[in-house]
Amino acid sequence: MKFLISMHINPAVLESLTEEEKAAIGEGHGRFIQALKESGELIHTLALVDPSQAAVVSVRNGQPAVTDGPFLEAKEFLGGFYLVDCENKERALELAAQIPDTAIEGLGVEVRQVMFADGNLEA
Amino acid sequence: MTEPAVEDLLRELTPQVLGALVRRYGQFEDCEDAVQEAVLAATVQWPADGVPNNPHGWLVTVASRRLIDHMRSDHARRERESAAATEVVPEEVPSADDTLVLLFLCCHPALTPSSQTALTLRAVGGLTTAEIARAFLVPEATMAARISRAKQRIRAAGSSFTLPSGPAREERLRVVLHVLYLIFNEGYTASSGSELLRADLAHEAIRLARMVRAQLPDDDEVTGLLALMLLNHARREARTTASGDLVPLDEQDRTKWDRDLIAEGTELVKASLAGPALGPYQLQAAIAATHADADTAEETDWAQVHALYLILERVAPNPMVTLNRAIALAETGGAPAGLALLATLDGDERMAGHHRLLSVRAHLLEKTGDLTAAYEHYRRAAQATASLAEQRHLRARAARLRP
Repeated sequence: MKFLISMHINPAVLESLTEEEKAAIGEGHGRFIQALKESGELIHTLALVDPSQAAVVSVRNGQPAVTDGPFLEAKEFLGGFYLVDCENKERALELAAQIPDTAIEGLGVEVRQVMFADGNLEA
Repeated sequence: MTEPAVEDLLRELTPQVLGALVRRYGQFEDCEDAVQEAVLAATVQWPADGVPNNPHGWLVTVASRRLIDHMRSDHARRERESAAATEVVPEEVPSADDTLVLLFLCCHPALTPSSQTALTLRAVGGLTTAEIARAFLVPEATMAARISRAKQRIRAAGSSFTLPSGPAREERLRVVLHVLYLIFNEGYTASSGSELLRADLAHEAIRLARMVRAQLPDDDEVTGLLALMLLNHARREARTTASGDLVPLDEQDRTKWDRDLIAEGTELVKASLAGPALGPYQLQAAIAATHADADTAEETDWAQVHALYLILERVAPNPMVTLNRAIALAETGGAPAGLALLATLDGDERMAGHHRLLSVRAHLLEKTGDLTAAYEHYRRAAQATASLAEQRHLRARAARLRP
């Protein structure tokens, strides 16, 4: 079963962390990725740039208009995701709990099953 | 020999060759790699040069040579060993038995079901890692890691290449049957991705089930599982529209059902029910055969279907079986009776918010005329399913009842 484990970050929370804490998060993700690769559960992972760099695109009367993002008036934004293929939902939740973000107040990790997927699997 | 014929031959021979090697040298992991290399060499050489007179012996020789190449780095020694390997006359070991041992090894309890499935397809099914990865819609690197991890686990568990005996053998056989059932379902319940590859998986599961049955003809559950696969597979053409929408059983064009498969499956069910044991695969196959027996949905012998579900509920209690029995009960005793049985599942946390419970309840509510509640349940069922085809089907059902 495929699951998207998405990480919802609060940029203010991330900024408030010490260098050591940030490094620990980075290392935690590194170890997590390595373990997922070894178990054969990782399909893909992506991290996104800061929400301040987002652009919102809309097309009105055939004319595209681009404004500054982000789209949502929220404190938390999508920071990146893991796409995994694992045995069942319990395993997906177990994997998500290993992500360092889960230990930090203000950062959220969400798990949802994939319904449809297409694209280059060799990528 | 044409290429597909070579492919079929290799698929047939791969587990036999692997079995022969593991029996002789042990070391499942290394043998598996060597056999994959030999099979790769054969796919290149045989279509060009012709199939050797003794293809099994050819593969055993080449794979043994590769294995020894890998095992011995010393050049002179390698030469001597591989020269010896080419002289080895393939032993007359019962290859069919080896294949069964191999299948039991791949379904080792130290592995997760998805690893058992992947390893079975590669070692016994003779599929390449790339083919398995495509069938399960994951990158090849992901599948390669999973297979390699599975082989390491088997080695770590210290398995010997023998059939377990007594109750352990019986228990392992149940795992083997479950893995074959999972492979079949992966091919049968096409949700996304290439339909063609999925159909291949269903074919492969049937081929493997036939192979197991050839070796264990007296096991009624093996026979029951093969029958269940054949009877389900017989309906494949009628199950979806050209655009991929689901067609429920009562609306299927029964002229599209494969009569030969139904006849074969029905024969097998009868044979298995005559035996002393009565297991869940036999009972599910008997239910499928009862449906297949009706020329129209109206002619379905629901009393028999209900009776079979009652037995199944006793043999292998499971909320999904109760759910299915509620459908049969509604046909024989009316929708309110079916709804009453569904109500007994409400406390079961395995079924809480399950789309099947919601959709069956919607269907029965619709029959009682409570269209508002039916509409709401169809909508919630559509939200709860992870299958796009099912979601489209349930949304369409809801749309007909929109207040």
